[in-house]
Amino acid sequence: MVMLTDAEQAMLQGDSGAATQKAMELLIRYADALGAERFVETNNVAGVPGSAPQWVKDYYKEDGGDYRAVFSRFDLDSDEAVDVPRMNAFSCHLQGGMDPTLWQEQGMTEAAHDNFVSDEASVADHGIQILKTCTPYLAGNVPVMGEHCAWMESSAVVFANSVIGARTNCEGRESTSAAMLAKRIPDWGFHTDDFRKGHHGVAVEVPVDSIFEWGMLGYFVGDAVQDTIPVITGSVSDASLIRHKHFGAAAASSGGVEMYHMVGITPEAPTVEHAFGGAPKGERFFYDAGQRRRIYEMLNSVGENEDVDYVMLGCPHYSIEQIAQAAALIEGRKVSANSALWVFTSRAVKATADANGYTKILRDAGAYLMTDTCSAISQAVPKGTRVAALDSAKQVHYLPAMMGIEGWYGTTAECIDAACTGKWKGKLA
Amino acid sequence: MSTVLDKPRVVIHGRKVVPGVAEGEALVTRQTISGWGGVNLMTGTVIESRHELKGVSFANKVLVFPGAKGSSGWSGIFHMAKLRGMAPVAMVFNIMTTKAALGAVVMRTPTVTECDQDPLDLIKTGDWVRVNGDAGTIEVWDKKPE
Repeated sequence: MVMLTDAEQAMLQGDSGAATQKAMELLIRYADALGAERFVETNNVAGVPGSAPQWVKDYYKEDGGDYRAVFSRFDLDSDEAVDVPRMNAFSCHLQGGMDPTLWQEQGMTEAAHDNFVSDEASVADHGIQILKTCTPYLAGNVPVMGEHCAWMESSAVVFANSVIGARTNCEGRESTSAAMLAKRIPDWGFHTDDFRKGHHGVAVEVPVDSIFEWGMLGYFVGDAVQDTIPVITGSVSDASLIRHKHFGAAAASSGGVEMYHMVGITPEAPTVEHAFGGAPKGERFFYDAGQRRRIYEMLNSVGENEDVDYVMLGCPHYSIEQIAQAAALIEGRKVSANSALWVFTSRAVKATADANGYTKILRDAGAYLMTDTCSAISQAVPKGTRVAALDSAKQVHYLPAMMGIEGWYGTTAECIDAACTGKWKGKLA
Repeated sequence: MSTVLDKPRVVIHGRKVVPGVAEGEALVTRQTISGWGGVNLMTGTVIESRHELKGVSFANKVLVFPGAKGSSGWSGIFHMAKLRGMAPVAMVFNIMTTKAALGAVVMRTPTVTECDQDPLDLIKTGDWVRVNGDAGTIEVWDKKPE
């Protein structure tokens, strides 16, 4: 049984109101399921609090079928609906269901949009920051090393743990919503020192120096180590935010990697020994030319038809650097009449893209810069899409399976070429 | 009728994740399961490309699997599957993660982990399994006892 401090006991007794009481009840059930012995305090929580499609609201119609009902009954898993106050922790809303202005292009109904607007107003009313992105660290929430967070979004979690050295487990919707009220999360997993040490080694024997190569290596690593912590050594170079972003997202998708060490690159891996917490242990995997080709073929195993009718960029949400690159690649060209190009980012980054003229360059070329969501989250692709091209290993892992379409994986330049010609010509150099 | 027939083939002991008792037909996989993006919550069906359970539904089954992987949407998707009546009735898994723990908690499905014998070796798809979360036991029969 998890031990409670006096303050936690008081919350459980209802001293901070019914919603916080329900939040503590859920967090205690969760802590006991994990086998956690105590809670850790957090003041940095990111989730998808209370947002729900209409059918979930309708499910709780006897409780009012509204934000309050969903937050109580679904998010807090409470048997009764309670009043939900403003959140107590610094709380952020991650990605949402549609673009706030281009929702009709995404094929959303008016009713779905009305629900989206209503949910967003409720989120704001509860003091939750509307970041609407899978990359909170690009939109105003960058934790510091050692900070205890409660974050959802596997690609953001792996980034926070590995690249920043912040501490969060891969939390879920219900645990983050509860943590927003109780400012507590089970002190388990990545909150503790021992848990953050490496389990298996990965030796990289081919140059990994571009975002495309970092994405493939990430997919390999997740496939190899599954949900454990890899310690990566060898010829990985040119580290940058966007490369880590793609690497982590890929590793979290093919396996369940929530933290990785790159020796000499990430903050908790100054040496191999430090990363492992002693001598290297576990298995040792090798990423060589053969494995690189195998991963490329695996990522392209759901691509057969070379007529590409949709190109999606922005998984995880594009940074301003990536939007600038995409704009430079497409400036003066046009998206093919047989294809479409949607690029996804956060509202914060789009404001910069607007100021820089990138949004207009993309629009003039026939592409859209969209925010809040992505094709996988919103399950929205251009009407009639059969074959997508993607520059994200994570997106090619998910989107074709979810939408029953074909998918190609390649470089950003190959994807933009495909959008402009309607033909996939990607190949492994 | 006969107590011999009613005796389980195997009894496995583990640790409670979620209390309660439930039983049903086993669905066993040696591959980890993604929630969001790996499962159709409307049907309880695995949709992940290349997954050995692709196209198979875990609705109202006892799901026996190594553990959860992938998106942080794991609990949310399984929770919504529960609203749809498409959740497993009970779960047994080996690897503890926040995803699987939270998912089990909010589905309120009796769940056991940290077993004394590997459930993936001892339970096969189609077996009849009773998961007792309170006692931390998993009883396995070839078919539903009379």
